Amino acid sequence: MQATFRVLRYNPEKDNKPHFEDYTLDVHPTMTVLDVLHQIKWNYDGTLSFRRSCAHGICGSDGIKINGKNALACSILLKVINLKKVVTIEPLPHFPIIKDLIVDMTDFYQKLETVKPYLIVNNPAPVEGERRQSNEDAEKLFESAKCILCACCTTSCPSTWSDENYLGPAALLKAYRFVFDTRDEASDERLDIIDTPDGAWRCHTIFNCNACCPKEINITWHISQLKKAVSTREL
Amino acid sequence: MIHKYDVLIVGAGGAGLRAAVEIPKEYTCAVISKVFPTRSHTGTAQGGVCAALANEEDDSWEYHAFDTVKGSDYLGDQDSIEVMCQDAVRAVIELEHMGVPFSRTPDGKIAQRQFGGHTKPENPNDPNSRRLPVKRACYSADRTGHVMLHTLYENCLKNQVKFFSEYFVTDLILEDNICKGIVTIDIATSEIHVFHAKTVMFATGGFGRVFRITSNAHVGTGDGCALVYNAGLPLEDMEFFQFHPTGLWRLGILVSEAARGEGGILRNKDGERFMERYAPTVKDLAPRDMVSRAILTEIREGRGILGSDGTYYINLDLMHLGKKLIDEKLPEITGFARTYLGVEPTKESVPIQPTAHYAMGGIPTNVDAEVIADEKGTIVKGFYSAGECACVSVHGGNRLGTNSLLDIVVFGRRGGKKMVEYLKNAEHTEFKVDPAEKTRTLLDGVLNKKGTENIAKIRREMQEVMMDKCGIFRNEKELGEALVKIRELKERYCNASIQDKGVIFNMDLMEAIELENMLELAETIVVSAAVRTESRGAHSREDFPKRDDVNWMKHTFIWKPEDGKDSEIKYKPVTITRYKPMERKY
Ligand SMILES: Cc1cc2nc3c(=O)[nH]c(=O)nc-3n(C[C@H](O)[C@H](O)[C@H](O)COP(=O)(O)OP(=O)(O)OC[C@H]3O[C@@H](n4cnc5c(N)ncnc54)[C@H](O)[C@@H]3O)c2cc1C
Ligand code: SF4
Ligand code: SF4
Ligand code: FES
Repeated sequence: MQATFRVLRYNPEKDNKPHFEDYTLDVHPTMTVLDVLHQIKWNYDGTLSFRRSCAHGICGSDGIKINGKNALACSILLKVINLKKVVTIEPLPHFPIIKDLIVDMTDFYQKLETVKPYLIVNNPAPVEGERRQSNEDAEKLFESAKCILCACCTTSCPSTWSDENYLGPAALLKAYRFVFDTRDEASDERLDIIDTPDGAWRCHTIFNCNACCPKEINITWHISQLKKAVSTREL
Repeated sequence: MIHKYDVLIVGAGGAGLRAAVEIPKEYTCAVISKVFPTRSHTGTAQGGVCAALANEEDDSWEYHAFDTVKGSDYLGDQDSIEVMCQDAVRAVIELEHMGVPFSRTPDGKIAQRQFGGHTKPENPNDPNSRRLPVKRACYSADRTGHVMLHTLYENCLKNQVKFFSEYFVTDLILEDNICKGIVTIDIATSEIHVFHAKTVMFATGGFGRVFRITSNAHVGTGDGCALVYNAGLPLEDMEFFQFHPTGLWRLGILVSEAARGEGGILRNKDGERFMERYAPTVKDLAPRDMVSRAILTEIREGRGILGSDGTYYINLDLMHLGKKLIDEKLPEITGFARTYLGVEPTKESVPIQPTAHYAMGGIPTNVDAEVIADEKGTIVKGFYSAGECACVSVHGGNRLGTNSLLDIVVFGRRGGKKMVEYLKNAEHTEFKVDPAEKTRTLLDGVLNKKGTENIAKIRREMQEVMMDKCGIFRNEKELGEALVKIRELKERYCNASIQDKGVIFNMDLMEAIELENMLELAETIVVSAAVRTESRGAHSREDFPKRDDVNWMKHTFIWKPEDGKDSEIKYKPVTITRYKPMERKY
């Protein structure tokens, strides 16, 4: 079967601005979009550049925009795409393009760091053995801890587009991961950080983020829990 | 550009990050990685990290050590294995204290599950009694590596560790047996950055990408091992490469042993639970080398299932586990089966085949992660290595599942501690020659290559020949053919060119350098496999089907040959403390 892929190309060494290029190739429904990119790179145009590593949706390297929707190249099989039409492949929106499908994620990583994404404890750990936590409490963290930092959510969020200081869904999700960890002792500090106009309150529950999270995390729900935590602590 | 640091850690997987956490603030430390830290391969580990916590049932570190020795087919060094298993409980508790969100038992302790090759004696008073599977693998659903990697990275952020992400290491500076630093390319600009250091650690991970069907990430190309080999240091036990029995058919994506730990069963085309024939006591939970051979034997003897593309597979049956258990404990891997094969594991069997998974061999080190320069154990000053790229050797001929996530935190930490000790009296030693020279030549060479050969094609041919002739079963004839082919590919590589001549994020360039590295490693694997005329662990010779303890209780050390000569091979005896070699039956 043949299909055509319209891929955004941009090499700042040569191009003034990004442009699209079409590649038509033989494909199979069980191929992933990452396979397609590799085919193009290895058989047609070696200059095509993109990030990838694990090839099965766990390292978070290859977030891109496929037919207008953010997703991981390695996790989208061709069988879920309408191949009768040209398939458009672009880098994640909003971030500056470094080259082709590679974007500059510095801002994304920096925002993550502002929520103090690590366990903070003042009381010493038990001399022997683990800190106890019920399995129910542990499982409250699992969905947020699934995040692979692919930035599909943050770059799809209209609030991110309109407010460059907005922390964004991924950083807020990370805040949840620690605020709701029964072992953590710095919830207040973190709630202070997100209880700002550019924090949790910038989220207008538009659900774009949920719709494209490759790990199917209900990000909006997690953000709403943070908002609740902020409100109840003020009482 | 030249940077100066006290400590340099190459690799931001579990081993590198754990080492970084160990370096106190008074020393400057940088971690260098060709991918952003959380993209490292450790994040793909699913099943668990083992320690005899005895949270679910009685267990002891001695049982764990015995299993590791036996699993290694008696090639593991028993002093190192004792160190690792004794330290395991502390290491896993420490991970919990750092913040790893583990699954929990009803009383709030870290939950544990069964894993292949992990056992305890049926009668605790009789160490020789029948051994039964034990719950020793600590887990967080089937995302254990992911949460460990993220937690370690988060702890590095907390400690304000300096990262150089997307820097590609191209050279190791070794002069007079002292490691002085490394050379890198900043991938974003292709600029050369030299890092001058008092101590260097390589935690660069494995090289499964040498084989066609693999569970390893695209970045698993063994650069660190190749750099060490090119610098004139030996590599150890390269013939021992583990094939994991359950990769998704045709793709190699891993279905963790946790699937069998939770009760999954392998069946051939007649629906027979064939592992009962190969390992009557532990059945589907036999060690990986044995299960992989059993699968291939079933297929060779006509009991595989014929797939749509003419290749054969075996079924992994999870249906009887029920939807609830599958969703709770194996969500990721069943998700892979759904996404990539369109198979619904709660209703259908999952087609699997063995997949190249783990390098037992690598950079030889002692128990303190100090790199050794020869079979006598001579230490290379200021140079350390830990994790999958290193060979301590705790895994010997075959690694037990969940022992690698343990290995990386135990030896990452030990290496970190040893570096700190070394730093007390260490100085920056001046370079004798321009350290960047070789990398400049490399860059110019690759960028200006004019030949007609294609990098992707050479890589494919290497992966095919390694899979077909140097895979699960080996013999003299095919290894000979493989060697001829690899050498031919090395020549063809010299005549290959790349299309991208730019300096910004030149992925073509990286792939070319990675291929050059992999071709070196492929050669060491084939040569080491050819000289070892016995079958042990993952190294299975059809022409020498028996383990030969009289002649082969020793590790292979291989050095890079001078042009046109044969590789130099020497041997180091296995360290035995308390476990005498026995026949390996399960
Ligand atoms: C799918 C899968 C599942 C697994 N599951 C388990 C499990 O359940 N339990 C278990 O114990 N083990 C498991 N393993 C094995 C285990 O995950 C790995 O052996 C271990 O994580 C390796 O860690 P590491 O720190 O040594 O290397 P990696 O995590 O591979 O890190 C290597 C680092 O080196 C860097 N690097 C490499 N080359 C260069 C270069 N040229 N320049 C700069 N940086 C470089 C990379 O960027 C990376 O940061 C699994 C392995 C796979 C493939
Ligand atoms: S729900 Fe909130 S975070 Fe998600 S896209 Fe909408 S505004 Fe952004
Ligand atoms: S929440 Fe989902 S989409 Fe956002 S970074 Fe994490 S994994 Fe990616
Ligand atoms: S390549 Fe790792 S998530 Fe796609």
